Amino acid sequence: MSSGTLYDKVWDLHCVADLPGGATQLFIGLHLIHEVTSPQAFAALDDKGLPVRCPERTVATVDHIVPTISQVRPFSDPLAEEMLSTLERNCARHGITLNGLGSGRQGIVHVIAPELGLTQPGMTVACGDSHTSTHGAFGAIAFGIGTSQVRDVLASQSLAMSKLKVRRIWVENRLADGVFAKDLILHVIRTLGVKAGVGYAYEFAGPAIEVLSMEERMTLCNMAIEGGARCGYVNPDQITFDYLQGRAEAPSAAIWDRAVAWWSSLASDADASFDDEVRFDAATIAPTVTWGITPGQGIGVDERVPISDQLDPADRPIAEEAYRYMDLAPGQPIEGVPVDVCFIGSCTNGRLSDLQAAAAVARGRHVAEGIKAFVVPGSEQVARAAIQEGLDQVFREAGFEWREPGCSMCLAMNPDRLEGSQISASSSNRNFKGRQGSASGRTLLMSPAMVAAAAIAGRVSDVRQLS
Amino acid sequence: MTTETIAFPQGPIGHVTGRGLVLRGDDIDTDRIIPARFLKCVSFEALGEQAFADDRKELAGAHPFDQEVHKGASILVVNDNFGCGSSREHAPQALMRWGIRAVIGVSYAEIFHGNCLALGIPCAIASADEIHALQDAVEADPAADWTLDLQALTFSDGSTSQSISVASGALDMLRTGQWDATGQLVARDAELTRTMAALPYLHGF
Repeated sequence: MSSGTLYDKVWDLHCVADLPGGATQLFIGLHLIHEVTSPQAFAALDDKGLPVRCPERTVATVDHIVPTISQVRPFSDPLAEEMLSTLERNCARHGITLNGLGSGRQGIVHVIAPELGLTQPGMTVACGDSHTSTHGAFGAIAFGIGTSQVRDVLASQSLAMSKLKVRRIWVENRLADGVFAKDLILHVIRTLGVKAGVGYAYEFAGPAIEVLSMEERMTLCNMAIEGGARCGYVNPDQITFDYLQGRAEAPSAAIWDRAVAWWSSLASDADASFDDEVRFDAATIAPTVTWGITPGQGIGVDERVPISDQLDPADRPIAEEAYRYMDLAPGQPIEGVPVDVCFIGSCTNGRLSDLQAAAAVARGRHVAEGIKAFVVPGSEQVARAAIQEGLDQVFREAGFEWREPGCSMCLAMNPDRLEGSQISASSSNRNFKGRQGSASGRTLLMSPAMVAAAAIAGRVSDVRQLS
Repeated sequence: MTTETIAFPQGPIGHVTGRGLVLRGDDIDTDRIIPARFLKCVSFEALGEQAFADDRKELAGAHPFDQEVHKGASILVVNDNFGCGSSREHAPQALMRWGIRAVIGVSYAEIFHGNCLALGIPCAIASADEIHALQDAVEADPAADWTLDLQALTFSDGSTSQSISVASGALDMLRTGQWDATGQLVARDAELTRTMAALPYLHGF
């Protein structure tokens, strides 16, 4: 049993009632919706004759299905057009704010809510998307839900939930140059496995975490779910408050000090007890690349594809499957593996600092011959800020395509997809078979800087060694 | 291919009876259960035909979901970490609309398990060895009817009987009909209002 953690405090504040069967009814402070998991939920609400309980606590955008090249309506894909039209109709009917295309605020849902100041410490945040864990970076309890639960939140602004255990992931020292939050979380998942977090919320803490920017904290918490942990969070601190100050939906100046005082009180107590703790040394982490077909199959860029004998017996069958599918041999160095497509973007790594890190690698260099490389800013706001700094020019001059905001090739529910057995270097979060739109497509996950390095070299490269 | 429509789960669930169907392998993820390109739908109705679409294409008719002998089967027998990956409810919806009414395996991803519960689909658990034995038994006679009994906590074909478990909160909800969550939540609006009144961020701190 945990006690005194941020998770305990925020959970207790949001408990509405104990439900028969042992779950708790939990109030949801912020409900984010998008075009994929909301249509059926609204339809179910209509079937039951129920209104939306708190339209003012519900915020919508469109991200999964938007094309990143031409966003002219109607979309050439009639299903995509229907999904967006349905979302527009539902938001209009129920008085829900829709940050749609051309609003200036559209983007990947887990990018726009933080940058608008909607996500705040001490909230519960739910969304029909598993990477909702991202918002835990602010010291919120944030988690993904299925469509039936979207229906429940729309109907009652609450959910039946069971309380998770809390595992603290304590990270000593600091990440080295050229090593980022993406590498840290891939390292955590490779070490603990993809199922270790099931039943847990992960608290990321320690000296290495305390110096991370908000955007890095978001990358970290974004992939907690890939390690099995439905929630991941970081205690709020001055970095959190500085990020939020002045944002559109953040507390106004008149109440700012009171907000900060309350937020500060939410951090885990010094004597909090956790169900489990695991320690890592940030200084020992190298740029990490997944070589296989689960996010847990990560290795340092200076390592080799593991040999079956070196693996836990339970991990061998999927390693055998991965050698075959990825066409990589056990013992093969990951550095030097040729790539075809390079994708920078996604809710994991589509923010301004991600584009800055990639642009720093791309500046003055050029994408290798035969490589298709493209950059998808996570939102209209990110795109504007990037353009203001000239990053779009840096990328174009280096031979990258500059796209419009959306989920893009993370999951290929839109025109951006791999073809045949193409292999990508990707700053996204999942490398399952077929994930990027081709039934035989292959994905290597890595940081945005590493994707840029791979695009320049035409193969997986150690970004730390670029002069 | 889809089954003749058998009614979707509703109310208290005491048992699920039907023919079994085996899917071997750990870590079967939601992108396999329903590839993301099929999530582009505003209604769940057509998802049943597309369950395991990419796996079925790869196996060119040899996948259990494509075999005539399994048409109408309703109980899936799986291994470890079934349903890992996305939170998308489209995955259990696709299974349910194909005709699945219960799953028995070694373990499930948390969000997938919750999504199945929300649909009234029991996810039962047995050990890895017990599951391997059940998979062999189910494969040996595809025409046999099996019963997942949530009162006795057994999975049996009349001759073989395996004791199973179901997560205790989920078990109670399935048995009592409380898995139908919306009504329960909407009923407690007075308590919800009280909780909201005490949250600083809803009232200018």
